Amino acid sequence: MLLEPRATPSRWMNYAAPLLAILLTLGVGALLFTALGKDPKEAFHVFFIGPLADANGWSELLLKAAPLILIAEGLAIGFRARIFNIGAEGQLIMGAIFGGGVAIAFPESQSAWLLPAMVLAGATGGALWGAIPALLKTRFNAEETLTTLMLAYVANLVLAWLVSDPWRDPGGMNFPQSVMFGDAALFSMLFEGLRLNTSVFITGVAVLLFWLFVSKSFLSYQVTVGGLAPQAARYAGFPASRTVWLSLVLSGLTAGLAGIGEVAGPVGQLNLNISPGYGYAAIIVAWIGRLHPVGIVFSGLLMALIYLGGEAAQMALQTPAAITGIFQGMLLFFLLACDVFIDFRLRKPLEKRRAAALAKKAIA
Amino acid sequence: MIEHLIPILAGTLGAATPLIYAGLGELVAERSGVINLGVEGMMLIGAVAGFAAAVETGGGAGAGFLAGAAAGTFAALCFAVLTMSLAANQSAAGLALTIFGIGLSAFIGQHYVSHSLPGLKPVALPLLSSIPLLGPVFFTQDMGVYLSFVFFGIVWWVLAKTKLGLMLRAVGESPESAHALGFPVFAIRYGAVLFGGAMAGIAGAYLSTVYTPMWVQNMSAGRGWIAVALVVFATWRPGRLLLGAWLFGGVTILQFHAQALGVRVPSQLLSALPYIATIVVLVLISRDRKLLQLNLPASLGKSFVPGR
Repeated sequence: MLLEPRATPSRWMNYAAPLLAILLTLGVGALLFTALGKDPKEAFHVFFIGPLADANGWSELLLKAAPLILIAEGLAIGFRARIFNIGAEGQLIMGAIFGGGVAIAFPESQSAWLLPAMVLAGATGGALWGAIPALLKTRFNAEETLTTLMLAYVANLVLAWLVSDPWRDPGGMNFPQSVMFGDAALFSMLFEGLRLNTSVFITGVAVLLFWLFVSKSFLSYQVTVGGLAPQAARYAGFPASRTVWLSLVLSGLTAGLAGIGEVAGPVGQLNLNISPGYGYAAIIVAWIGRLHPVGIVFSGLLMALIYLGGEAAQMALQTPAAITGIFQGMLLFFLLACDVFIDFRLRKPLEKRRAAALAKKAIA
Repeated sequence: MIEHLIPILAGTLGAATPLIYAGLGELVAERSGVINLGVEGMMLIGAVAGFAAAVETGGGAGAGFLAGAAAGTFAALCFAVLTMSLAANQSAAGLALTIFGIGLSAFIGQHYVSHSLPGLKPVALPLLSSIPLLGPVFFTQDMGVYLSFVFFGIVWWVLAKTKLGLMLRAVGESPESAHALGFPVFAIRYGAVLFGGAMAGIAGAYLSTVYTPMWVQNMSAGRGWIAVALVVFATWRPGRLLLGAWLFGGVTILQFHAQALGVRVPSQLLSALPYIATIVVLVLISRDRKLLQLNLPASLGKSFVPGR
């Protein structure tokens, strides 16, 4: 079998590839469960159906999907322009530090302005952390793939230092964590008894804005061209550096917002576990969502379900926690493999086809 | 100060060793025109496979190195099939490999969390180790360090002096011309990527069976990424890679000796030094575009599909 380029990319395969990738992941997942000595049927039920059986499950799904979608929307703008920000995890942490810092600075505040100030600070923190690789790329030509990731490790260590020294909760039994935030520093709950909070609206607004940006604005077109053909963009009067700045600052900003959504939401303080790798998982979300604002909503929900399913399987089937990461990685692997059929089709080698044609003739 | 010098320099060599293995492998892959951002993932898979093999077989670090190399090669094979046979985007496939490797290694490693290994004792090479300063630093090391020197020699010699090295570089410059000349472009790229995987796997196995002989989740801690950065720093030349690895090894080791040297800085800040140093060095190298493009393989990152 050989790959033969298609005359035009297949639109159909563009949408079919993610579905095919999901099926392949489930197939290998079934093998994996069998290898672990679990009945795959039961395991799939626990993993994918069980978590959505009640209102609490749906609340948890949206709670996990919201930051993933928010970050992935920002990353997709850059990915469209071939700017590979892979350090969203660090920008998320910086958002949490900046926003959480406001809450820690005013522990007694009852002001209605406290939470908006935290959101603003969180967005600023993420955007600033994204601006550093933008500066390094535009001024010094330094590859953003590596700088964004290195900065993610640095952000993690800054957080570790803050919560184990200057911002450590004196009553926290020496655990590396800050004080718990007051009520005024937390997003309010949407429903009685469920953890889903108002920060989900930030994601809603972001999806709408990114959809408008991508489908209606000339700027988005320029950004995409700027990444694909920097020379052409320069002739058209749009410098490539603006693409870099816009992509990295925007994706840093959304990651920062996701960070404050976590610490002023389900976490409620600064500690070392503010993100279960949302910044990295969002890379997969963006890719499976085809870098499209609406596609990302669906892939974000799917990825959130994998997180929930992983937790459920851990409790019900005693499978290891790392199974979530394996499913996420496999999904991206299979998607990349299936994507080949967008631009190529399979065909038999020429000699075999000739032989087959000759045989047909001979029979006729 | 002087009494710290020899332990610091000797420790630098150990800390640099995983970077040398992984960096040499990535350098060969990139010289063939393939950029594999999955080094971190391959290292973790190698680390856990090496550790598991050393524990299960009782074969120590030797068994660990073999298993690490095999596991790294297998991980690289997945990447090679995706990027070459299926022409997937190299950056995306590398990221996928890293994400997958983090998950898979944590999954396998779960059984080994409380185990530990004896590691490798330093071997003083006869005569050489009695040279003042150089002896204790370079020639009183474990076998893993010496083996990395051997690999460095082989990679340098093959790239610079052999026909295979010439073909590899030609493929990295222009796969189309190399293909037209009758060079087996696919075979060479597959070979280079698999070699890169084996080396990343050994780097991981060195970490888990020799450097810190135990299994900790995510124990490579970004060293795979630093190795990728080192290849840029080295402008795709093995000699500079070796120097770069020692530089980074030194930065890593300094944090352990900082307290003894009387430096009063939070430990987390010292731990951040290697990452910050990576950024600084990348900036210094990248700002000189001419220097960067002198050795940059012209087809780096581009898929090759004959007849397109």
